[in-house]
Amino acid sequence: MSMDMDITLTVNGEAVSERVEARKTLVDFVREDLGLTGSHVGCEHGVCGACTMRVDGVIVRGCLMLAVQCDGAVVETIEGLSDSGEVADLQAAFEQRNALQCGYCTPGMLTAAQELLQQAQANNAVPSREEIREHISGNYCRCTGYHAIVDAVESVAQERSKARAGAQS
Amino acid sequence: MKPAPFAYKKVRALDEAIALMGENLDARLLAGGQSLMATLNMRLSAPNLLIDINGIGGLDGIARNGDTIEIGALTRHVQAERSDTIARYAPLIARAMPFIGHAAIRNRGTLGGSIAFADPAAELPACLLALDGEVTAQGPKGKRSIRTSDYFKGLYETALGPQEILTAIRLPAADGNTRTGFAELARRHGDYAIVGLAASARADGKGLKDVRLAYFGVGNTPLRATKSEAALAGGDVDAAVAALDLDPHDDIQASAAVKKHLAGVLLRRVAAQLMERQP
Repeated sequence: MSMDMDITLTVNGEAVSERVEARKTLVDFVREDLGLTGSHVGCEHGVCGACTMRVDGVIVRGCLMLAVQCDGAVVETIEGLSDSGEVADLQAAFEQRNALQCGYCTPGMLTAAQELLQQAQANNAVPSREEIREHISGNYCRCTGYHAIVDAVESVAQERSKARAGAQS
Repeated sequence: MKPAPFAYKKVRALDEAIALMGENLDARLLAGGQSLMATLNMRLSAPNLLIDINGIGGLDGIARNGDTIEIGALTRHVQAERSDTIARYAPLIARAMPFIGHAAIRNRGTLGGSIAFADPAAELPACLLALDGEVTAQGPKGKRSIRTSDYFKGLYETALGPQEILTAIRLPAADGNTRTGFAELARRHGDYAIVGLAASARADGKGLKDVRLAYFGVGNTPLRATKSEAALAGGDVDAAVAALDLDPHDDIQASAAVKKHLAGVLLRRVAAQLMERQP
């Protein structure tokens, strides 16, 4: 059996076909083969969350999936979420509230926070600070102490909730 | 680190996976991969072949058949977390779910993978033991069921044979007299437990019977504290704590003495949960 495989997948809306080593992780594939270096490599064993990205609509650890497993999948990285404007308000809130310093965790943090905010939208709810903390518990930040990150996510949750209420009235 | 080289094969049927395992004794099954991938990255394991079972149909799903809940091996944690059937008929699993890893891990990780991997500090093996559940496995000789009491053999060691695949777990469906409790202590939410406790019991008038206490993070497998079970059934929480006869080892997280102390703390918390009337 071959150690290399041909895969075809969608990355940030574009069709991609590549030959990859079976052992290559998804995060190494998007960084090294596709040049999408917004997803970061931290611990490489699922603890730090720096490589958080979306596969088929849900967040995963890019270091705990193989690129070959994503044959036929829809992958979205921070580049895709950023370019589409989907997380523009989150990014602005992170900047305004100093929710990043070195920025290493930020792409994963934004991607994880966005999933929580999407779930809140589906349930027409505003997540509590406790729920925000729980949802980003798998993303390490060594600069901020998390308070500013929770502040930023909470403020966007409230703004989006107000926007929903406004759209309904 | 990066994994050592291996070949990869995505299979579409159980028989295909079982045959491949027979031809490659060094192969490993890839389900959710949330433990396996970490061990590959750290080169704690270096199989020559990964057999990806995620494409096998019919291996996921949660169903109630009379007084049994059957959970397919490929059911992901997030599915169990959001399942009304689990919330109503397997409340211990529902209690444990938020403690398992983080959201991104629960999106990929599978219930079958956790039980097959049998990490001694993981939540689900202890839940299975507390509930006296069963594991269904399929191998070259066909299907068989394994009682939990016969399943956990040692550190990461189970009764599954080299060519057997865990296909489902089966749990007794909860009814109005079922009581459950779950608690764990970890340094960070979602990390492996320093000590954890999963428990089930039956309401018996104002007391409890059939108490099953399954500790994790205190030995090579999930462990029952049978003397404490008897004391708790007698209604004496202090005696149950005093009767704890666990013998944990020091590990990277805590000393044996700290673990023993925390086991008692958790028993008091879980005893309170067991005494509550539950919906």
